Amino acid sequence: MSSADLPGTERLPAEPVAEAAVPIAPQAETPFGRFFETYVESPLAVGAFILLVLIIGAAVFAPWIAPQNPYDLAQVSVLDSRLPPGAVSMDGYTFWLGTDGAGRDLFSAILYGLRISLSVGVLSGLFALVLGMVVGLIAAYFGGRTETLLMRIVDLQLSLPAVLIALILLAILGKGLDKIVIALVVAQWAYYARTVRSSALVERRKEYVEAAVCLGLGRGRIIFRHILPNCLAPLIVVGTVQTASAIALEATLSFLGVGLPPTEPSLGLLISNGFNYMLSGRYWIAFFPGIALLLTIVAINLVGDRLRDVLNPRLAR
Amino acid sequence: MTAVLEVRGLKTHFFTRAGVIKAVDGVDFSLERGEILGLVGESGSGKTVTGFSLLGLVDPPGRIVEGSIRLAGTELVGLAEEAMRRQRGRKIAMIFQDPMMTLNPVLRVDTQMIEAITTHVDISKAAAREKARAALAMVGIPSPDERLKSYPHQFSGGMRQRVAIAIALLNEPDVIIADEPTTALDVTIQAQILAEVQKLAAATGTAFVWITHDLAVVAGLADRLLVMYAGRIVESGPVDEVLASPAHPYTHGLIGSVPSQTRRGQKLRQIPGMTPSLLSLPQGCAFKTRCPRADAACDVMPGLEPVAPGREVRCWHPHPTTPLAAAS
Repeated sequence: MSSADLPGTERLPAEPVAEAAVPIAPQAETPFGRFFETYVESPLAVGAFILLVLIIGAAVFAPWIAPQNPYDLAQVSVLDSRLPPGAVSMDGYTFWLGTDGAGRDLFSAILYGLRISLSVGVLSGLFALVLGMVVGLIAAYFGGRTETLLMRIVDLQLSLPAVLIALILLAILGKGLDKIVIALVVAQWAYYARTVRSSALVERRKEYVEAAVCLGLGRGRIIFRHILPNCLAPLIVVGTVQTASAIALEATLSFLGVGLPPTEPSLGLLISNGFNYMLSGRYWIAFFPGIALLLTIVAINLVGDRLRDVLNPRLAR
Repeated sequence: MTAVLEVRGLKTHFFTRAGVIKAVDGVDFSLERGEILGLVGESGSGKTVTGFSLLGLVDPPGRIVEGSIRLAGTELVGLAEEAMRRQRGRKIAMIFQDPMMTLNPVLRVDTQMIEAITTHVDISKAAAREKARAALAMVGIPSPDERLKSYPHQFSGGMRQRVAIAIALLNEPDVIIADEPTTALDVTIQAQILAEVQKLAAATGTAFVWITHDLAVVAGLADRLLVMYAGRIVESGPVDEVLASPAHPYTHGLIGSVPSQTRRGQKLRQIPGMTPSLLSLPQGCAFKTRCPRADAACDVMPGLEPVAPGREVRCWHPHPTTPLAAAS
């Protein structure tokens, strides 16, 4: 048998023939375009997304939307205190959601409270994400003792309830927006670290990482440019859930009186203020801030659930 | 001609709990500019580990215990990791088996190609992009400008392997190691890629080490053939001569187990037995338990001896025979 008898050895001309059949896709064929198309298939998720945008818009533009600045003493009158929803003030203004014990318009107070609650949630979510992401990536990439050390710290962290960690930290640090953000980051970074590590461990074994090593790319480049983008999908999902839980956690802490000072009233503080009036029938002071908090958290969670469905099975495969 | 790659006495061993696995146990070969060397053998014969050893990418518990790898005058064995990293992708590159897996799914092709250049050469992004475009055109990808902006999932398997080859060629390396790069492709695409590689080797002077278990591939592609068995080279020589008249019984058996049109209806002749575990190799010649020619002489490991000009065989009973004659 000569070599020419073996199949598949004809030296064909290497013209780019039928193989090029996969068409060059139009502009919408980016991963983001496909992602968007899949997301809008669920009406509930679209509704939740619109609600979330409205809530965020209301929070961002609160100073322009709110009928009164509830913390400007010149605009608030104690004589208007504890009015029920729909009551009209002495200067003819209607309090659609009633007023609280200090005579503040509850609708305005909720808008300002949302501002604080959302910024605490987003800030702590972002910082925790970055910290957890870096720790998780380093643990997965380097493995060995580094991984053992980092992941045991994560386990330790996860074995304690988040509220407990935050309570202890706030008891030490005191009140303040910056302090509650620190407390929430410390309480939540471990979730991100664990998520990133598990997906980075899978990605790290894939051949494209080996190929990148064979191209002589540096470690940092491989970790952050090649592995990280492939781990983003689960990270985004955990990010939404953890942001919602950070908002709830902040409300809990403020309700317990260890979160934010009264000068920076979040939804939790509003609920806490109104709680004292619940038994006397003035339900609205705690009820409406509670509804606002509930809607915010539900909207974020619904968006997060949809993201999880869309991103899994993975995009761009 | 001078050799761009010289491997002498390469030994890569894996130190496992069960014992030392001698995956590569004394391999010598050299490679000239533009030469295509076929490296064949069954699974577990050490061909892939040889490839990874050349790149300095043997993972623990394995390591290169002995030998020398000289790439264009630089000794790679014992080179510090950072210096080795600068060789990879620049002087020596690799193409993998599964083109679906070797491109990062979330990065555009241009991003991946440009970073492969700028990691090693200090040039502007625009110049790197131009080089990337030229490389895509060179491997026969139509409309490279548009293709640069595509994501890997927008390419077919054969196209992706062309992209992978283009990436390997970007920095004009001296040697490209190809680990069964056409195994996952269908035969027509495989033939195109092989023809392309032959043209590229001639045009750029890049030498290839083509690792495969498919004799049909090396028959049409390679200039020279190395047959590996249990971590050692058992036969080497010009590809046509080795395939036409294999001297080692193992090479003989490998060729005999390829189905062929001229022997339709006949039973394929398998090599009896299995590749022995590398932990418990027989004393002497590792192939003797499966070899029809084995006798008492084979209890001593034979050396790699020349049998004809340019041909060497590791066997006490080297009969250059034609596989077909032996079959009848």
